[in-house]
Amino acid sequence: MSEAVGTGRVKRGMAEMLKGGVIMDVVDATQAKIAEDAGAVAVMALERVPADIRAQGGVARMSDPDMIEKIKAAVSIPVMAKTRIGHFAEAQILQNLGVDYIDESEVLTPADYENHINKWDFTVPFVCGATNLGEALRRINEGAAMIRSKGEAGTGDVSNAVTHMRQIWAEIRRLSSMREDELYVAAKELQAPYELVKEVAQSGKLPVVMFSAGGIATPADAALMMQLGADGVFIGSGIFKSGDPANRAVACVKATTFFDDAKVVTDASRGLGDAMVGINVADIPAPHRLADRGW
Amino acid sequence: MKVGVLALQGDVREHIYALQTCGTEPITVRRVDELNSIDALVIPGGESTTMALLAETFGLFKPIQKRIESRLPVYGSCAGMILLANRVLDATEDQRTFGGLDITVRRNAFGRQVDSFESDLEFQGLRASMRAVFIRAPWVEEVGPEVEVLAAVNFHGTDHPVAVRQGNLLATSFHPELTQDYRIHRYFLEEVCRVGSRIG
Repeated sequence: MSEAVGTGRVKRGMAEMLKGGVIMDVVDATQAKIAEDAGAVAVMALERVPADIRAQGGVARMSDPDMIEKIKAAVSIPVMAKTRIGHFAEAQILQNLGVDYIDESEVLTPADYENHINKWDFTVPFVCGATNLGEALRRINEGAAMIRSKGEAGTGDVSNAVTHMRQIWAEIRRLSSMREDELYVAAKELQAPYELVKEVAQSGKLPVVMFSAGGIATPADAALMMQLGADGVFIGSGIFKSGDPANRAVACVKATTFFDDAKVVTDASRGLGDAMVGINVADIPAPHRLADRGW
Repeated sequence: MKVGVLALQGDVREHIYALQTCGTEPITVRRVDELNSIDALVIPGGESTTMALLAETFGLFKPIQKRIESRLPVYGSCAGMILLANRVLDATEDQRTFGGLDITVRRNAFGRQVDSFESDLEFQGLRASMRAVFIRAPWVEEVGPEVEVLAAVNFHGTDHPVAVRQGNLLATSFHPELTQDYRIHRYFLEEVCRVGSRIG
């Protein structure tokens, strides 16, 4: 064996390096620099943060390549970008641009309501959203090298993120308690490949890194998701839709590292100005809920 | 001997597991009292900018520098190598490092994530070759007279050091913690720590 790019180890390993960190949504080079200076482990380059996609409506697509290039040039940390679910041509463009991770994201308008992208076809790694263990394992089976448990993006309401993180861990714990001969039925019920189900049952965790995303807006939200078992957090609208993005960004980074130390999270929560206004998920009619996209 | 893993961010869990497999009982280090209790330190892979910022914010930066000066054995992988280097190229404007290793490191030298790779590597001091995983990896551009080069990778016709040692300090630009091959961790515990503690 000699040199090999795009191997499973290289793709999944990249996500391991992000653990314990915050990945921030940014819409231009200035925001990207603020995120890097605040200690973000990566930035997600997109044209509109989820709160604006929600407010403005319309079809949400991959970002302009020029805008992604500018953000890449502005920072030394990894740059991620979103593709629509199933839109492998957008993903090919993003790979060609040299982004470090592609998010096949329900926040954008899906391009395919049946199939996700065959992520094994790419050397760039993918992160995908999941609301439950079956969905996570189906994405991993398609080649996802990282999972983010979904919340309701662009709301500032953390409740969906909590529900889905708890759901995924509850299902993992359930698998770990099963006899080996029960895993066949479990695989059928989860609609996931038996081999992956067995691996999760034995190891007691997903085979890839799992971050939390969607509705995280405060240091306490970040600490909550970390204590519930996230390896790290994505913060979308929560930072740059708040009153003082630079300070809030630093505060969320601190709270993610010291998630189990209430004193540090308390200090990080002081003097941050206004949080994003937010929308209660319960007030959003079901057809407009982003987390329900994906299958 | 008590080994710590700097746990501000990055692949801490993998280093902890590697060190446990080598028969030690490692602790995580996020606070000064934890730093003061250890006899050796591992700086994991991750984002060097994030780790430096958190170290500074939580008052760990100078204490780590002081312990490195007083010959604490330290092993850094990838971001850990950058943080141990005296000089960094392609850094952010105000990027600081703990320093100690008389080397110049170039960040993301092999390219972006799409260029990340794994490769067989000859490591001096190990009998067989090993599989090395490079993720947005740095390489060593210059070494001072006291630095020993333990492994190098040929990139477009030029050899670039990817593993170096200087007394009590060891650094690799690749990630042995992501493989099941923990010979580098053993080398650190058995060779580097032993020499470090003898001098110290």
